[in-house]
Amino acid sequence: MRTRRTLMAVTAGLAASTLLLTACSSDDSPSTDNSGAPSSGAASGDASEVEVFTWWASGSEKLGLDALVKVFGEQHPETKFVNGAVAGGAGSAAKDLLQTRLQANDPPDTFQAHAGAELQDYIDAGQLEDVSDLYTEFGLTDAFPKDLVDRLTVDGKIYSIPSNIHRANVMWANPTVLKDAGLDPSATYSSIADWIVALDKVKVSGKTALSVATTWTQVNLLETVLIADLGADGYSGLWDGSTDWNGSDVTKALTDFETLMSYTNTDRDGLDWPDATQQIIDGQAGFNVMGDWAEAAFEEAGKSAPADYTYAPVPGTDGVFDFLADSFTLPVGAKHPGGTKNWLETISSPEGQTAFNKAKGSIPARNDANPDDFSAYQQTAITSFGKDTIVSSLAHGAAAPVATLNAISDATSKFTTGASDLAQYQKDLAAAAAGN
Amino acid sequence: MPRNLRRWGPPLLLISPSLILLGVFVYGLLAINAHTSMTDMNTSAQTAGLKPTSFVGLANYGDLLSSPDFQHSLRNLVIYTVVFLVGTMLFGFLWAWLLDRPVRFEGWFRSIYLFPMAVSFVASGVVWRWLLNSNQGEQASGLNRLFQMIGLDFLQNNWWNNVNYGIAAIAIPAIWQLSGYVMALFLAGFRGVPEELREASQIDGATTWQMYRHVIFPQLSPVALSAVIIVGHMSLKAFDLIMSISKPANYQTKVPAIDMYVFKSSFHYADAAAVGVILLVIVALLVIPYLVHLNRTEKRA
Repeated sequence: MRTRRTLMAVTAGLAASTLLLTACSSDDSPSTDNSGAPSSGAASGDASEVEVFTWWASGSEKLGLDALVKVFGEQHPETKFVNGAVAGGAGSAAKDLLQTRLQANDPPDTFQAHAGAELQDYIDAGQLEDVSDLYTEFGLTDAFPKDLVDRLTVDGKIYSIPSNIHRANVMWANPTVLKDAGLDPSATYSSIADWIVALDKVKVSGKTALSVATTWTQVNLLETVLIADLGADGYSGLWDGSTDWNGSDVTKALTDFETLMSYTNTDRDGLDWPDATQQIIDGQAGFNVMGDWAEAAFEEAGKSAPADYTYAPVPGTDGVFDFLADSFTLPVGAKHPGGTKNWLETISSPEGQTAFNKAKGSIPARNDANPDDFSAYQQTAITSFGKDTIVSSLAHGAAAPVATLNAISDATSKFTTGASDLAQYQKDLAAAAAGN
Repeated sequence: MPRNLRRWGPPLLLISPSLILLGVFVYGLLAINAHTSMTDMNTSAQTAGLKPTSFVGLANYGDLLSSPDFQHSLRNLVIYTVVFLVGTMLFGFLWAWLLDRPVRFEGWFRSIYLFPMAVSFVASGVVWRWLLNSNQGEQASGLNRLFQMIGLDFLQNNWWNNVNYGIAAIAIPAIWQLSGYVMALFLAGFRGVPEELREASQIDGATTWQMYRHVIFPQLSPVALSAVIIVGHMSLKAFDLIMSISKPANYQTKVPAIDMYVFKSSFHYADAAAVGVILLVIVALLVIPYLVHLNRTEKRA
């Protein structure tokens, strides 16, 4: 008992001294900032270095970040890049740490965040600077599609600059499995109902018809079904209150979702998206719905479309681009705002966006990138992004704040494990969207 | 008075740093947490201090305890704790009893049984996530595949994906990890029984079973009580094992600690704090009577 107390005391003592140390160090930095000219815009001041906080620590994300850093080194050799990447949990580990750092007034110089509603909590907490004058300065207002800029604008202000765009409503399929089930691999399905007929054939052939993984991938599937059945406007209305969650069209979409879930693998809750994609690669499953980062997994496995896999918008969502974007911010109280400005300039420049997205597998947010620089899939995505209706992804924080997304995820898990029926599910979803 | 000071002064001075640190970092923070749980601090603006919070009394507790989802978490916690406790006590006791008789390679067996405890819950959780794969039939893997291979197909089940009792499957790896520890406790208990008592019972003509039943087992009850308390409070705080086998959003494996994590990441700090207090009370209900009991027996001795 005594040793445990002493140990606790020592630990507490250490914690206390660390606090003191950080307090001292954070006292030092503003004085170096003040040596420069009086600050005028959102971002001017110390540009000696920039700490970039991301969860891009492995795979294609790491490659993308490396490519971006290379361009950054060429454009801004005066600013030292400090990698603040935190690995683990698809960003959840990083977000936890970020929340702590922001509340301790020790923000990184810039951090990665999904553009859209996910930023709302940081904005409400007064932790982000308005960067709309940087949009003017870098000429981004015309370089980004108007739809996108509208979705990023909150009360006339913009709080982040997107580096890349992903599409969440992509259906992947294994042509061999489809052929074995008596289906035409090149067929397209105009609605969820048509698709269910095909799924049924795959199921009869003895394979998993639709591979899915843990809760967030089920939410990803749910949002594409909502888009298909409600249409782009109806879906967007779910987030601004103009579509009623308790309406009968939502009931129909949820019924479709329930039917789709009945075609999925039973071990889904223990898997993450790469496992579900692997089932398509290995020919264990016919179809899969996942964002276009899955493209990188197919490429890594040495597969090529359309011989080994095919892709298309999720049935019923052709003409709709369900977007999510990574973006970078300028936190209030950043120690090197000049460095942040340089970083934001690079990530929004044509060179930066091209280098980054070629490596990561996503597409540039700018509409002036040269499509020839990109892979076949990326070219189709660039074309769609230019002409489709853009809606915000739910599963990736573009459509709703974190609390709403968490509540919807909980309700979805409750439903797909069989603990609630459809009526209860719809009620839970409505309550989640209303913020209760 | 000066004499008292001379007597109490130096020890008090020596323990005061740890007392102060404990006061601030344990009990002080507990008090702040309890206070947070009685406010409406459930938005990010309030957590950053931009908007005022107001005192709402026990409203958060009322909402939590009346919500079917939180009741489900509590129910899961009870199932998990019961299975975990019964499992570790049973295996720990059995192994200790077997090792109590003179066995060859005793040290070797002891290490084997104790070794799983050296593995972290997170690491073993990753392995058990594969072992407890819920696929059955053709696509089975992990334990379900093993059952097929040895002809015990009927034992296949969906493990932690069962919506009512799935949480019990998570207790399996926990039992695997901590039975060895309980064994070590019981073994110490067995070894603590003086040799004279065993000899005396044999002289009185007791069979081996009678010796265990009437002489040794009754003397193990303090050890058993300690084991129940130690394993029980670990089980009530279960978090890491569940996080690495399942996911925080999975309904079938929700427990209060997971709810607290989800609330915190949703900026619902008041709800998270309330869950923390509820957990603290539950653990206290288990530990405090034990401490009181311990204190009494020490005084008696």
